Amino acid sequence: MFPFCFEWVWDIGHAIFFGGFWYAISILGAGMTYCLLKAAYDTINDKGDSHH
Amino acid sequence: MLDDALIPEGAKRCAFPIFIIGIIIVGAVLLWGVYAMFLCWFKGLNQTNMNDYYGFALWIWADLAVIAVGGGAFFTGLLKYIFKVDDLKNIINFAVIIGFICYSSALLILAIDIGQPLRGWFIFWHANVHSMLTEVAYCLSCYFAVLTIEFIPNILENRQVNKVPFFHHLAHNMHEVMAVFAATGAFLSFFHQGSLGGVAGVMFGRPFAYREGLLIWPWTFFLFTWSAAAFGPCFTLMVTKITEIITGKKLVGDKTVNLLAKISGWMITTYIIAKIIDTVYWAFVTVPSMGFELGHFYSNNGFYGYWILITEVILCGVVPGLLLINKSTRENPTTRTIAIILGVIGVCLNRWVMVLQIMAVPVMSFDSWALYIPSWQEVATTILPVAYGIILIAVAYRYLPVFPQELELNEPADAAAQN
Repeated sequence: MFPFCFEWVWDIGHAIFFGGFWYAISILGAGMTYCLLKAAYDTINDKGDSHH
Repeated sequence: MLDDALIPEGAKRCAFPIFIIGIIIVGAVLLWGVYAMFLCWFKGLNQTNMNDYYGFALWIWADLAVIAVGGGAFFTGLLKYIFKVDDLKNIINFAVIIGFICYSSALLILAIDIGQPLRGWFIFWHANVHSMLTEVAYCLSCYFAVLTIEFIPNILENRQVNKVPFFHHLAHNMHEVMAVFAATGAFLSFFHQGSLGGVAGVMFGRPFAYREGLLIWPWTFFLFTWSAAAFGPCFTLMVTKITEIITGKKLVGDKTVNLLAKISGWMITTYIIAKIIDTVYWAFVTVPSMGFELGHFYSNNGFYGYWILITEVILCGVVPGLLLINKSTRENPTTRTIAIILGVIGVCLNRWVMVLQIMAVPVMSFDSWALYIPSWQEVATTILPVAYGIILIAVAYRYLPVFPQELELNEPADAAAQN
């Protein structure tokens, strides 16, 4: 899972599998971080009703 | 009612005691499944009828089936957020809830299947990068995270929760970037649906499953993804119909239902053409090249005959496809409902064939058919997700604004009832 795990090998298989895995995790993490920070910012700045 | 303050504004729900009685009845079935699950965890997989000859329990079929029918969430999300099919906004919340139930059930089933759930993290930490199932595990886990993220705004829109400014803004902001999550979900779904099919297709020691393909991907990879996108919306529509019957209300407008049914119909029709081509090529080229005849896979046993192939491909594939692409049968509630039920049966039957029949077919000349009878623990743990799903849908319907059209569609009926 990480380069410091003993099974780790710098080959195409690990690059594709873990590249895709961490890519997806990063998008989800970044997206949620943005939503949480913006919600905190909007709450502090007391933005009015936002309808969706 | 005790919980009036939690119920969506203007919506009518059954009395709280009736709701609780219903939950208790379904909860008893759930507890039966949980008991069987703990038996498998504490006493081991000897609670099942699996052995060295037949290594797939009944719940593996359930696992693949719920993942297939849960495909309605990713495909509806893809259409709504990426292809901007705006009419689907009336059913997307429910599609996400159904997907959430299906994928959480799939993960639960896998947790039972590995026998040692405390070692579940091994698949991530000590990953076998040559296994399609590793990719399935990664994509399933990540996609379940996507479904949870897609479900959260709906929970935050509960009447009381939404009064908290932070949650109100969070729900709004999550809606704003939902396209990013939906696109990630579609990417993940494409690969894990495909790899579940790929697992069967690469088994060159099992001629019933083996398929040629494109590069490293056997044709079953593409057929599984295609079938999940095609039949998933049928399951969404079927559960919507069941919910409407139980609640006695119209919850989704005909325009949205017919649109999703039409898309599903075209997907089913194109899928089933590809499936027929795949089956014919397999039967007349692949199977003889491996030293077998087609009849070998459908004879000399008491259960698996040609009927299963005809039922899957014709009755539950061609027929629902044609019924849903034809405008008059699609817009007729009876034929539409028949088509979506046949579609759901069809994809579940496909997963049965691709999981259980594969294991049952004799491969060596001295082998015999392995007709598997599951233990009661397997049956209970397979029913467990159904009970869990009913409870989650009941709670979500009662307390969350799942159906945006509910008030509008039921206004005349409510007004008439008051008069």
